[in-house]
Amino acid sequence: MAGYNNKLTHITPPRWLLAELTYACPLQCPYCSNPLDYANYKTELSTEDWKRVLSQARKMGAVQLGFSGGEPLTRADLPELVKHARELGYYSNLITSGYGMDEAKIVQLKTAGLDHIQVSIQASTQELNDHIAGTASFEHKKQVAHLVKKHGYPMVLCVVIHRENIHQMSDILAMAEELGADYLELANTQYYGWAHANRDLLLPSKEQFEQAEAIAQAFKEKVAGKMKIYYVVPDFYEDRPKACMNGWGTTFLTIAPDGVALPCHSARQLPGLDCPNVNDYSIHDIWHESKAFNFFRGDDWMKEPCRSCDEKAKDFGGCHCQAYLLTGDMYNADPVCSKSPDHGVIQQAIDAAKAATLAADEKPLIFRNSKNSKLMEHAHNPD
Amino acid sequence: MTLDPERPIKFSATHRLQWEEAQQKTVILYPEGMVELNQSSAEILKCCDGLRNLADIVSELELKFATSGLHNDISAFLEVALNNGWIQQ
Repeated sequence: MAGYNNKLTHITPPRWLLAELTYACPLQCPYCSNPLDYANYKTELSTEDWKRVLSQARKMGAVQLGFSGGEPLTRADLPELVKHARELGYYSNLITSGYGMDEAKIVQLKTAGLDHIQVSIQASTQELNDHIAGTASFEHKKQVAHLVKKHGYPMVLCVVIHRENIHQMSDILAMAEELGADYLELANTQYYGWAHANRDLLLPSKEQFEQAEAIAQAFKEKVAGKMKIYYVVPDFYEDRPKACMNGWGTTFLTIAPDGVALPCHSARQLPGLDCPNVNDYSIHDIWHESKAFNFFRGDDWMKEPCRSCDEKAKDFGGCHCQAYLLTGDMYNADPVCSKSPDHGVIQQAIDAAKAATLAADEKPLIFRNSKNSKLMEHAHNPD
Repeated sequence: MTLDPERPIKFSATHRLQWEEAQQKTVILYPEGMVELNQSSAEILKCCDGLRNLADIVSELELKFATSGLHNDISAFLEVALNNGWIQQ
């Protein structure tokens, strides 16, 4: 591969590998982080391809491994991949909706060496959970959570927070406690992919955020020592951007179902990165030499106000996908930053979401499914 | 939580203690996280086998490293480890 590594930036090895095994998913969550046009990517890596990728990344130092998707349980070779990962010394996590999981599979995966299971639940009530998921799944998810616990896995519950469920915060916390979660991830929606398309209907108001955060904070203190809470901040209501991916090409490596290697799971939408495929290059070459992984390493790429900012080593200019989606230029500062000349777009987004709440003819959520994926793709690239 | 000096100490069943060749470090792995350990912390945690208590661990490490006076350091670290959920009693 042509060397895009300018040798000036020190390259640290990958530590976290996200293996998106498939885009297939029985759920239809309208904030899914998969690309809008996921239905166009039909090919999936083979079992042998994945084993090679896992081996190569492990050799470089990757140790935390997430099996994700789509719904990774739709891959029949999941136990084989889990076993391979365990033999290599990964600490592996299954990120699942719970759909398709039963007790026999939980035992099989445990025997294969799976370390933990992260189950997503969409809301604290059956009606809202099943509406958001687009599939009747609430009772089964709760059963899966119980089984995860029963078989000695650390139980990680993940709830994505948005305007449709943020009022349930107290009930969501009570549900996590009742299910015996060891870890609770309260993930305020990040507005990429499907969530970006549905933002007017998903983005809560600042008052809603603050109220929910205060409830979560009080709960965190109450359960300290019993349950660990990961709170993913709602960056639209922050002054400074998140240090996205802990810095581009420093820590995280995502492999998409078709073998495309991504510096973050949204990077596929950025123009001109020429993201490499594991069918063509080794993980070592991808990490060290590819254009995509060297693109935003270091700070040579920065424009003002980032370039002269005394906080640039802290947040690396924020998220390039957010800069691209909201300002049209991925080299811009993340507009979440109050120093960004484009910061006004954040308030516009908040105002638009508020207006949509008050509108008499609220437009419906666009659910994540193949039919909508093809429609969205056509809307973006009409021929 | 406070460490009971009498009871045996066991490394957590829901965490993993592992040597990382690439980092040349022992690490603790758990959901969504990893802690890199220095050598002395790693040595202490490796002794947490569910059989030995604080005094056993202190005497074992003092013998192993031919030194004395480790009690306070080891006790302080195990206190931190207990509160982080890395060990159980």
